[in-house]
Amino acid sequence: MKRVKRRYLALQLECEGIPTEREFIDAVWAAVTKLYGEVGASLTGLALIDFDVERNVAVLRVSLAALNILRASLATITSVGGKEAAVQVLGISGTLRALYANAK
Amino acid sequence: MTRAFADLHLRVNPKDQRATQQLVTKAARFGYRLISIPFTSKLSEAELTQLKTICSEVGVDFVSRADFHPRSENDLTHFLRKFRRRFEVICVMCDSKEVARQAAKDRRVDLLSFPSFDYHKRFFDRAEAELASCSLAALEVDVKPLLILEGPSRVRLLMSLRREVAIAREFRVPIVVSSGVAEERLMRLPRDLASLAFLFGLDEAQALNAVSTSPAAIVRRNREKLSKRFVAPGITVIKEGKSS
Repeated sequence: MKRVKRRYLALQLECEGIPTEREFIDAVWAAVTKLYGEVGASLTGLALIDFDVERNVAVLRVSLAALNILRASLATITSVGGKEAAVQVLGISGTLRALYANAK
Repeated sequence: MTRAFADLHLRVNPKDQRATQQLVTKAARFGYRLISIPFTSKLSEAELTQLKTICSEVGVDFVSRADFHPRSENDLTHFLRKFRRRFEVICVMCDSKEVARQAAKDRRVDLLSFPSFDYHKRFFDRAEAELASCSLAALEVDVKPLLILEGPSRVRLLMSLRREVAIAREFRVPIVVSSGVAEERLMRLPRDLASLAFLFGLDEAQALNAVSTSPAAIVRRNREKLSKRFVAPGITVIKEGKSS
């Protein structure tokens, strides 16, 4: 079977309050599902790798083929856990090591 | 080479200095190099100068822009005659087919904009695109409605945008993607703004051009035209002789 290529995204969450990990990933899933439907969302291979509550920075994993789907969906997020929010993509990388190295 | 990103449509009220300062500062922090806030007739020269000062303090190039909602062809030509030489960018909001056709024909119009919430009034079809391609007018797409609309209204808007963008690409009409936002929370990083263009059929390179190269080309062309040295496209005064 052909290996699935993946990308890791570092995200900055700008939010009024402090959202939980659950609220954040729910908002991401909701945005993807709203825009691309359940079938489209199922093709993304989306997973939350890390969520730093103090800095409001999250790391997501997505399949390379669905990178544009996720990027467009993230840009449409306007609330997380009922509070006004915006998600910015800080960086994208093929490996977690490179992502953290670039973030530093 | 790094791209110079532009957002030619920040809809903040320039009279509200605090909000303007915050939005301009955020735009600079996000990496925009060119920004534009539509001019209102009530804005004085002093306020406009102050706006330019705020922008230059944070390292952003301010582009003067006027938006116009003409009721008829005559209204549009009257406006253009009066204001073209005062602003670097002229955007026409096309509410009727008659106005849309005249705006697409007129070389003094830079941006064509259509109502986002009333898809019956989106007149960007093949005839419009053909006229616009000859006059160098660009199609402006504001992303704010994509952020605030939900459900069927967003689906309808996306359908219209996808069709219009395909027509614009066929006729090589430049596409400019702007935010159209007034609130800080709806501002997006330039690349995130570009990623919203994936939703209506632009690929990555085209989307990035729509937030950098295309708006920058319009501003460059108009600044050249508005300079005192400009004679005609490709002809500029490089030295003036003394009259004998």
